Amino acid sequence: MLRREWLVALAFLAPALTLLFTFTHYPAIQTVIDSFWSTPRGRRPAAFVGTDNYARLLQDPIFVRAMVNNAIYAAITIPASILLALVMAMFVEGRIRGRALVRMAYFTPTVLPLIAVANIWLFFFLPGFGLLEQLRSLLGLSPRNWIGSPETALYGVSAVTVWSQAGFFMIFYLAALTTIPPSLREAAAIEGCSRWTFFRRVTWPLIMPTTLFVSVNATINAFRTVDHIFVMTEGGPNNASMLLLYYIYAQGFRFWDTAYAATLTVVMVAILALVGIGQFFLLDRRVHYR
Amino acid sequence: MIEAERTADVRLEGVVKSFASAVALSGVDVRLPAGRFSVLLGPSGCGKSTLLRLIAGLDQPTEGRIWQGETRIDTLPPKARNLSMVFQSYALFPHLTVAENILFGLAVRRVPRAEQARRLDRVAGMMGLSALLGRKPAELSGGQQQRVALARAVISERPVCLMDEPLSNLDAKLRTEMRAEIRALQERLGLTMVYVTHDQVEAMTMADLIVVMNAGRIEQVAAPRDLYARPQTLFVAGFIGTPPMNLIPRAALPELQVPPATATVGIRPEDMATDGPGYRVAARVVGLEYLGADQLVALNLNGARVILRLAGQAGPPGEILTLTLPADRLHVFDAGGRRIDADHPDTSSHRVLHQEILHDPLLPHESGNRGPDRGTVATRLGRRS
Repeated sequence: MLRREWLVALAFLAPALTLLFTFTHYPAIQTVIDSFWSTPRGRRPAAFVGTDNYARLLQDPIFVRAMVNNAIYAAITIPASILLALVMAMFVEGRIRGRALVRMAYFTPTVLPLIAVANIWLFFFLPGFGLLEQLRSLLGLSPRNWIGSPETALYGVSAVTVWSQAGFFMIFYLAALTTIPPSLREAAAIEGCSRWTFFRRVTWPLIMPTTLFVSVNATINAFRTVDHIFVMTEGGPNNASMLLLYYIYAQGFRFWDTAYAATLTVVMVAILALVGIGQFFLLDRRVHYR
Repeated sequence: MIEAERTADVRLEGVVKSFASAVALSGVDVRLPAGRFSVLLGPSGCGKSTLLRLIAGLDQPTEGRIWQGETRIDTLPPKARNLSMVFQSYALFPHLTVAENILFGLAVRRVPRAEQARRLDRVAGMMGLSALLGRKPAELSGGQQQRVALARAVISERPVCLMDEPLSNLDAKLRTEMRAEIRALQERLGLTMVYVTHDQVEAMTMADLIVVMNAGRIEQVAAPRDLYARPQTLFVAGFIGTPPMNLIPRAALPELQVPPATATVGIRPEDMATDGPGYRVAARVVGLEYLGADQLVALNLNGARVILRLAGQAGPPGEILTLTLPADRLHVFDAGGRRIDADHPDTSSHRVLHQEILHDPLLPHESGNRGPDRGTVATRLGRRS
């Protein structure tokens, strides 16, 4: 009887399982395998090379650069997006004029494709004519090529990321804030609790699960979304805005070094897994779930 | 606790609260005496919770003034008003322990740790929470959560305590227990309690003073016994009592001796009898509810539906009953829904009185700090107090 139920269950699961295995699990496993083999070229088939690809990683200055860049990029975009999202959510949660309009405006960047966002920001950054340049010239500052110079390119693309994802995170914070009963605020007001104290002692702990969720997402995005790099900098100038995923793309599909790209992918998945698990266990102890 | 602070009463003068689309309170004048248990009673939407929120400072009145003792408080923020509040939902902080919840206000106001500990110890002991201090609200039963909310109000040691339907989330048995507990607490601490409820049993059992509200106005302010014995308006007569007073159109009782302006005659179900002295009238039995100690007989009295309360042992009634309505048990009301008193010296002035009473405090003012003397109101109410 039990066996029969299992078979029926399996039959129902089969379509989903087939798709999942074909397009997710098999490629993942194949990637790990590929990272231990050389790239097949022409008539020369792939050969088992052991950890040679990993040894090459450590010698590769562009890989090191991409790792450092990605760390900086993550360190900027994660806290900045979360902070901006929270501030926007607190602002549009209150009773303000044209609340629906403001909420929509904040959410709009999320709806736009990142490629389109990148194009908008290309205009903002345009040397001489762009929005930022016009503001600078009003203040009498000299023109700058924000994404064309190695010192500022990484910060330029970071700003785009923050702009495009903060609205998305705002929605989660907004949902979390609206679940906090107004009577808590009223009870605190009668006790003489200031707005800041209320935020620190009540609001912040109560939206901690959302912060955890949002920070995991922001972390993943910091390694995963590179669409705007394609449009804006292509990793340049001089690898100044090279991020890990873009480097994987460049190795895999520009230089067709698929084995090395597979190796880089394994590294990235390992990093993401570590960060995700770490965040979950570290923050979990300080999160109150209702 | 500071004895001087304990004497603060709460007075409302001409308080109006309008929202964008509706008027929640239209001209409320009332004095809630110091150290007493006052209940704001009325059907949902009558404005009682709005009134409480105005006193707490969670909403601002559109017009009028609110006093706490000699201090005008309607312009002050909630924290500057010397009061505490218990919410219907308890408003406990779900991520804090019982102890942290109770101490929240003291911690916010930076009361020294030693004093916090001392007060927590005493209040937790008083409320029977000593064993639960380390728990989170989600790990408590409804009654325990209620106690934590009460403890949070008590530990503030403020003279006025506001409660917004605090027992409505509890089961019937627990509600009965908590009623007694809250009343005992109020008496023990000498709190000026302002308690909102729609449950007349709560009001009758706990209150020193009941403020009956309807449609944003005060209908009557009286002690429970007076409220039951002498309802001043048709609304109060039909609201208080389970089942409420029978309200019979004058036309259904053609030969009854009542003042000429009478439009409605009221009599409580237990005041009618099947024998004895009084006005006699025949009525047909249309229904019966047997409740054990009592039975409620529904009757058709010349087209009016009335309820008669009989003792449970009396056995089932016949088809037709002869009712006796004792003259001293009748309540008579005019066409405006206002009580007519047989002993009132000037029945013709009751229309004016009606207007005035709805706008004015129904309690006599010992202090006399209330401007022009409303002689008629004061005299007639003076009798009841």
